[in-house]
Amino acid sequence: MSSQVPLAKQARKVLVGDHAVAEAVKLAKVNIVSAYPITPQTLIVERISEMIEKGELRADYVRVESEFAALATVYGAAAGGARAFTATSSHGLFYMYEMLWWAAASRVPLVMAVVTRALGPPWNIHDEHTDILAMRDSGWIIGMAQNVQEAFDMTLTAFKISENEKVLLPVAVGLDGFILSHTAEPLDVPSQEDVDTWLPPRNPRIPYVIEPGGEAITMGNLPGNDVYHAILKKYMDESMEAAKKVIAEVYDEYSKLTGRNYGVLTECYKCSDAKYLAVSMGAWSGDILNAVERLRNEGYPIGLLRIRYIRPFPEEDIGGWINGMKGVIIFDRDYSAGMGGVLASEISGLVPSSISFEGVLAGLGGFDVSADEFKTIMRDFVDKTEREGLVKIRKYWYIPKIER
Amino acid sequence: MGMVTITELHRYGRTKFIMPGTAACPGCPLQVGMRQLAMALDGKFAMVIPAGCSSVIPGIAPYTAYTVPVLHVPFASSPAVASGLVRAVRQRGINGPVVVWAGDGATADIGFAALSGAAYRNEDVLYVMADNEAYMNTGIQASGTTSWMAWTTTSPRGKTEDKKDVALIMLMHKVPYVATASIAYPMDFIDKVRRAMQIKGFKFIHLHAPCPPGWKMDDSYTVRAARLAVETGAWILWEYNQGRLTISPPSIPYKDKSRRRSLEEYIKIQGRFAHLKPEDIKLMEDKMDRQWDLILKLAEIYK
Ligand SMILES: Cc1ncc(C[n+]2csc(CCOP(=O)(O)OP(=O)(O)O)c2C)c(N)n1
Ligand code: SF4
Repeated sequence: MSSQVPLAKQARKVLVGDHAVAEAVKLAKVNIVSAYPITPQTLIVERISEMIEKGELRADYVRVESEFAALATVYGAAAGGARAFTATSSHGLFYMYEMLWWAAASRVPLVMAVVTRALGPPWNIHDEHTDILAMRDSGWIIGMAQNVQEAFDMTLTAFKISENEKVLLPVAVGLDGFILSHTAEPLDVPSQEDVDTWLPPRNPRIPYVIEPGGEAITMGNLPGNDVYHAILKKYMDESMEAAKKVIAEVYDEYSKLTGRNYGVLTECYKCSDAKYLAVSMGAWSGDILNAVERLRNEGYPIGLLRIRYIRPFPEEDIGGWINGMKGVIIFDRDYSAGMGGVLASEISGLVPSSISFEGVLAGLGGFDVSADEFKTIMRDFVDKTEREGLVKIRKYWYIPKIER
Repeated sequence: MGMVTITELHRYGRTKFIMPGTAACPGCPLQVGMRQLAMALDGKFAMVIPAGCSSVIPGIAPYTAYTVPVLHVPFASSPAVASGLVRAVRQRGINGPVVVWAGDGATADIGFAALSGAAYRNEDVLYVMADNEAYMNTGIQASGTTSWMAWTTTSPRGKTEDKKDVALIMLMHKVPYVATASIAYPMDFIDKVRRAMQIKGFKFIHLHAPCPPGWKMDDSYTVRAARLAVETGAWILWEYNQGRLTISPPSIPYKDKSRRRSLEEYIKIQGRFAHLKPEDIKLMEDKMDRQWDLILKLAEIYK
């Protein structure tokens, strides 16, 4: 990833994921931050509050009484022309649900970090992706980082993507609770001057601004014809489509700034000569890749497709890589009740009937899955396909044995 | 801007702060109140409006009858949205008023947590709660500020709970400005808005707004009902301004109980109270007397 020579001055730091996100918010010179405490997100806004207190970031921190109000506040701030940021997890995200939709369809730029966490009951503060995936129909661009560096990079680029005139949709940056949020890793942070040249202050008039004495714009009153509603959704869809290109452009510029190259919506490791494809999202992709590499050493022709952005849905990337494979195995750290894994459900439509398929539900509620375990699951899938021909397992509950 | 004069009111009478052809019912109190608000601010403000009749009244996009910048927002969110909005525009050096115009349901019930939050943070917002005493937009359901014994579609035999006193609850948030007002007393309301706007911080005005369909009364009774509420003492106009609580001029005569008109006059024009028995009206009067005692005591405390 860091193979190119960085053009800009960067500082090597060691930060936990949450603090890396806060660092990106500071460098983006956000104007207004509002949030409500919830583990494992809290470290982000605690750090931002400190930055504001110390004068490192000149922003308003609005101490609201709920996550619903947090998103409503940053939404109002964005409508008033500010660059705004919030962060949450799990129950907090669900408490925001109505506002998620309102913010997205209002077409104002916003950035939110979602530190993924399971939903109760029972109370559980550990990692699961079901929370962030429940946003997927709302109109937010949704990314999931693999490591602390990527959580930082995704946050900083999110402002540029969200504020792009062709996009104007809010961006959620996902990072796995504790696994990234509370784990210190080294990362490279560009200087403020370099970020400033690349990310100018937000233009408050794009797309529109609500301000006293300003133009008498109305946002949100009833449409005269319901077809307007459909047109709005179609525009959002077009912007999601356009976002694919914008995300590519933004990371391209960003790589010139930092020397870090990413695949755009997805990254595929060891895929070009693979016959089997594993698919995953988020931090555990590192462990899955480790297992893929070990399987390769044993002669298994398998690669890993890692999803960086689940919205816009990377249909072309996924469909392209699946084409020509013998089998696809998808790892979901989430569960859609009555359905199965969310990624498996979304991707299964791109898997031709002639290709083997397995959807694995694992790591729910945060239980660890080791590289060894991933290796066994993937090896069994490949062996079964080779042995039996076509295999179709829509959901496989991977539940380790526990002492009861 | 100083105190409003009759000449000024006459001049504003011809200004179209709300364009004609709205979707409001005949006799709608919200149009009356919002026009008065616009007169007070000379039409220069931004408005945040949660779900309610006022989201429908301006008519259908891409048109609107409102002549100021408006952000329509989810039902519970307006105090929080306004907090973010006002901070954003202030950072950008814009000092004009950001006003939340919200119904009683949005204010006293679903948006109450957000209201409390914005008030205690002392956000630089004017919040006008236009109280038509029910969820009118969804077809007259009981809200926290629906009067005791009033018929609504969810209290078909009369509401069993008392009206929440939102203005007093806001007073206890220690905000700089809280007042009650009535659409029947435009000069009082306009002056209050203007005095409020001289203060940086959270300002709350509880505006009484009788709604003909919701109260089951004739379309022409809007102002009459609002005036009778004050003249019978059922609605007390008061103002708390940075430490001082006073009874507002239109309500001063009714400190003296003998000068109040009989409560029945107010009750009998409203179909929603048609089922009330004389002993109910007596009880209502007792509640009203206790409210007067409380407000007068507060006026002594906040002298
Ligand atoms: C979360 C949510 N719940 C319910 C509704 C439906 N709803 C729309 S307006 C309204 C009533 C508004 O009542 P109030 O705030 O008193 O304003 P009014 O219509 O009386 O002016 C309701 C219940 C909604 N829009 N959002
Ligand atoms: S129901 Fe009442 S408040 Fe609502 S528009 Fe009609 S008159 Fe106005």
